[in-house]
Amino acid sequence: MQIQPAMPRSWRPETKPHKFCPGCGHGIVLKALGEAIDELEIQDRVVFGCDIGCSLLSWDFFNVDTVQTHHGRTTPVMVGMKRANPELIVVAYMGDGGGYAIGTQHLVNAATRNDRITVILVNNTQYGMTGGQMAPTTLPGQKTETTPFGRDPELTGYPIQGPEMVASITRDGAYVARGTVARPRQLKEFIKRALQNQMAGRGFSFVEALSTCPTNWRTNAEDTWKFIEKEMTRYFKVGEVKVPPELARGKGEREDG
Amino acid sequence: MPTKPKPVEGEKKVFMTGNEVVAWAAAAAGAECMYGYPITPQNEIMHYWTRLAPKFGLIFLQTEDELSAGFTMLGGVLAGRKSFTATAGPGNTLMQEPLSMAEMMRLPAVVVIQQRGGPSTGQVVYSQQEVTLTSLGGNGEGLRVVYSTSSHQDLYDYTIKAFNTAWRYRFPTFLLGDGYQGKMREPVVMYDPEVRGVELVPAEPYVGRPGTPGVDRPPAHLRNAYSIEEELYEAVMELVREYEKVAPEIVEHEAFGVDGARVVAVAHGVVFRAVKGVVRELRQQGVPVGYFRPITLRPFPADALRRVAATGVRLLVVESAYGQLARLVKEALSGLPAEVHGLYKPGVLVGQGEIATRIKTLVQGG
Ligand SMILES: Cc1ncc(C[n+]2csc(CCOP(=O)(O)OP(=O)(O)O)c2C)c(N)n1
Ligand code: SF4
Ligand SMILES: [Mg+2]
Repeated sequence: MQIQPAMPRSWRPETKPHKFCPGCGHGIVLKALGEAIDELEIQDRVVFGCDIGCSLLSWDFFNVDTVQTHHGRTTPVMVGMKRANPELIVVAYMGDGGGYAIGTQHLVNAATRNDRITVILVNNTQYGMTGGQMAPTTLPGQKTETTPFGRDPELTGYPIQGPEMVASITRDGAYVARGTVARPRQLKEFIKRALQNQMAGRGFSFVEALSTCPTNWRTNAEDTWKFIEKEMTRYFKVGEVKVPPELARGKGEREDG
Repeated sequence: MPTKPKPVEGEKKVFMTGNEVVAWAAAAAGAECMYGYPITPQNEIMHYWTRLAPKFGLIFLQTEDELSAGFTMLGGVLAGRKSFTATAGPGNTLMQEPLSMAEMMRLPAVVVIQQRGGPSTGQVVYSQQEVTLTSLGGNGEGLRVVYSTSSHQDLYDYTIKAFNTAWRYRFPTFLLGDGYQGKMREPVVMYDPEVRGVELVPAEPYVGRPGTPGVDRPPAHLRNAYSIEEELYEAVMELVREYEKVAPEIVEHEAFGVDGARVVAVAHGVVFRAVKGVVRELRQQGVPVGYFRPITLRPFPADALRRVAATGVRLLVVESAYGQLARLVKEALSGLPAEVHGLYKPGVLVGQGEIATRIKTLVQGG
């Protein structure tokens, strides 16, 4: 008997095991997304756009139409696509550098316009792909390659509050949440609701996912877990930030997992 | 589904600005999406497009910058709609990033460039200083098509052609004009392409085709990320081979009086209009002069120009830039002992008097 590891149906088995480092959070976020796609039965309508950053390693991850774009530019590609064909359910997948640094103007403006797209942003507190430089999300005191003595908020500020910012610039109809790979069921639920919100044509839907990068954090399993659960949550509050009233929680559904 | 009304029925003579012509021509070509960011001297393309939009079911979005205009345009193309943008100057600089993506992914984006003076603002009206950027910009090999227009009729004809070329060959296509062409009024014949027997190449979606990916059909996995050198090499070489194969079908030029000429003036865009007038007049006076106008700057009509240069004529490149067209000319002529002279006036028009004087001096061996 052959035992298949549990894999979302929308995953592409031929490209597994995936290309992320061991212990990376990207795979967990994409599992949550895969399960959400399966549960909503939208594999034939979803288009997945991935940014440059470690997110690009997902260009052949799903049995879903996929386009890999440029660093920070996934949001406008998916905005243009959605406006050209509103039948599609589009997902823009990016890192914290892609969404909060080089692509901020796109995030801010798409949110302001209430574009009917779903953005999933992986916050691993630094630039993973380029070898661990400071990102807008880096914690005060956190050592990165460009803050070798720790991030000094006097010089480079405090970690960006992405979902809170998006919530404050969007109108009713937007869905905004922050999940974490440390709570995968809750994360899946947030992503599912972000997709449902787009499908209902209500508005901009945004999920930030706190995620691990043991490679650049230079942490073992125990410290990795401690960092995401204890350190990151001191600055990044996990939960739903903005929920349209129409997106009422069904009976029996739990927010937590 | 009710059929949409045609933007241009039959044929009609009109008197309008070049930017308005482009908007009508794009609609007549079956374009459905325009994404753009304001910049002089192309603004009126957006202004007219937004006025045509409700009547003909066209899509428009004013984006947050030209990066976004370019990338949203690519999203529109991926969804299977003929999409375009228009920009100039510093916007053209930003546009090179999305166009690099388009080149490598073979996305038939159409971009209208109305050249202006560089680099930031001030002289926002006219130049030919965006030739190098438009032809060879971006971190790639310049695998794109660039049509340089010189009249409003060109703007109409080549806007339609740009969409057809882009979707037929799947290389991004530029229409290179300038602020004078955009802002000036001129008579032009607008027509329904079908009436003239011009078949419109249909658009096709890259994503969201029928069926479930991985079940009924393979998923579309479009990427520009190549992880090893050889992989990128193979991808680029494949593109180059394709580009070189179709280039002879795309390349265009016009020439006059080159047989028996001692001097051949080379020019494009509005400068070509001045050159054409001068050369035709001098020819009537018996001066042995001709002209050569590249209509496509990419691919460049190198073979045709080499045949002209091989007769031993002296070439005079006339342009509103400091040798940007001349660089393309010299590359095309490499290995030939051709004399290439320049009349370069970056950012200003070139007067017919000075062109005539230079031609006569060169004819006399000066
Ligand atoms: C225009 C541009 N600038 C810089 C880069 C280099 N670059 C590649 S990935 C990256 C950062 C990725 O960090 P993030 O978005 O946080 O994603 P992660 O790898 O952490 O998941 C950068 C700066 C690039 N590819 N393009
Ligand atoms: S570098 Fe970090 S973010 Fe990138 S794959 Fe490795 S663990 Fe994941
Ligand atoms: Mg990151």
